[in-house]
Amino acid sequence: MSDTVISSARKEVVIGFDRPFVIIGERINPTGRKLLAEEMKKGDYSRVEKDALAQVAAGAHMLDVNAGIPLADEPRILAETIQLVQSLTDVPLSIDSSIIEALESGLSVYKGKALVNSVTGEDEVLERVLPLVAKYGAAVVAISNDETGISEDPDVRFEVAKKIVNRAADYGIPHTDIVVDPLVMPIGAMGTAGRQVFHLLRRLKEELDVNSTCGASNVSFGLPNRNGLNAAFLSMAIASGMTSAITNPLHEEVMQAVMGANVMMGNDEQCVNWIKKYREPAPVSAEGEAGRTGRRGGERRRRSA
Amino acid sequence: MADELDLRTLDDEELVEQMHDDLYDGLKEEIDEGTRILLERGWSAERVLNDALVAGMTIVGIDFRDGILFVPEVLMSANAMKAGMEVLRPILSASGVEPIGKMVIGTVKGDIHDIGKNLVAMMMEGGGFEVINLGINNDAEKFLAALEQHKPDFLGMSALLTTTMPYMKVVIDELKERGMRDDFIVLVGGAPVNEEFADAIGADAYCRDAAVAVETAKTLLAQRRAAARAQA
Repeated sequence: MSDTVISSARKEVVIGFDRPFVIIGERINPTGRKLLAEEMKKGDYSRVEKDALAQVAAGAHMLDVNAGIPLADEPRILAETIQLVQSLTDVPLSIDSSIIEALESGLSVYKGKALVNSVTGEDEVLERVLPLVAKYGAAVVAISNDETGISEDPDVRFEVAKKIVNRAADYGIPHTDIVVDPLVMPIGAMGTAGRQVFHLLRRLKEELDVNSTCGASNVSFGLPNRNGLNAAFLSMAIASGMTSAITNPLHEEVMQAVMGANVMMGNDEQCVNWIKKYREPAPVSAEGEAGRTGRRGGERRRRSA
Repeated sequence: MADELDLRTLDDEELVEQMHDDLYDGLKEEIDEGTRILLERGWSAERVLNDALVAGMTIVGIDFRDGILFVPEVLMSANAMKAGMEVLRPILSASGVEPIGKMVIGTVKGDIHDIGKNLVAMMMEGGGFEVINLGINNDAEKFLAALEQHKPDFLGMSALLTTTMPYMKVVIDELKERGMRDDFIVLVGGAPVNEEFADAIGADAYCRDAAVAVETAKTLLAQRRAAARAQA
């Protein structure tokens, strides 16, 4: 069984097929967020703080941290952001950059076992990122494209994922530390984007036994009611074997889809989490007390163990 | 299902309005037919292009920008526009009419992302521009060779990674080196790119999305041609 363990100093998160789906909060990312980019560049991390806490409160199990700001000192900003986020919360982090120096600087200050985001199947990138992942004993997101681009054929993308897993093994990185990103295209521009990913996810699970993640929100680019589509995509992707996603936990539809999928996949035992989240509160009586004194909520005798 | 409408029964004005609607609805065959009918009635290709096609796509562009139309709809409109252009292009080039504008576009070296760039290419074509799409992973040599061969008005460069976007500057510097920088309007775009970056590398404009790219291209080209006329 393929369990990928990611940790902070005090907390462990396990990504795996027989486990609840892991939500990696996407918000700490200045790409396309003008204000956040300007603030981070000036060393003002107040918005990062708010984003980190809000996402954890909304149910994110991990947070992705990206500092990709044009014309800025990305290695320094990424390291500072990671240190700050780790001082605020216990959830493990995914360190997100396409700049090798930034990944290294992030890993050097990170407490625990990080998820490095990401490596691709391009030889030059593999040769630079994998030694770093091995050196820090981290896990890594493997994006299924190579020098030739992003193939529309999911079987070609599968071969790229396989190549990355094999190359990682050469560096002593086990397949359990690889989390494959099958690459989600905007379905508004490419009608087969959903099927491609579902097909690939099934092969990744059955043939490579690797966990997966993706930037789920990409699927709904250019379309109305994006949260509704993201939710549909996530449920179907989870049914096809996806085990984590980098997405926005502040969107209720998304969280509901994931929690419902956990129930459907049998990964929310006795529906405990679903019930806890959606139980109607007991009606309140005229005296302002709970209508039914009930056993729930109050002091409760425990069965002796 | 609405009754079948015979485009030939419409007078010129009605037909043009119908074509604006058909472009909006992405009806390829109807645009092809409408284009042919106007030509048969003695319209010049240039007039068909401007009054029927470009004017119709302008409406599409505005509604896309304002969030009324969405990507799949705009792609259908652009495809319909393309069908009309296929009829007009040979006539336009034979009669030596200056195209609305020409663009060479590509994703820079080391970067393999092209969905956004392809959207821009399709929207530019939808706007009546001629587009030479170089695909992904283009080094300066490839860009320069295409610029020399096609002599476009615009160079469009795209990058999705913070590691690859500095390469846009390499291409622009190479243009400067060869004294060719002022021959082209350079537009840049892609997720990590912003206006500050575009300024810093010496591009002419940053385009946030495909609709903005078309608008920006039209504005800058009009300014440029006006300036050229003023000098002449």
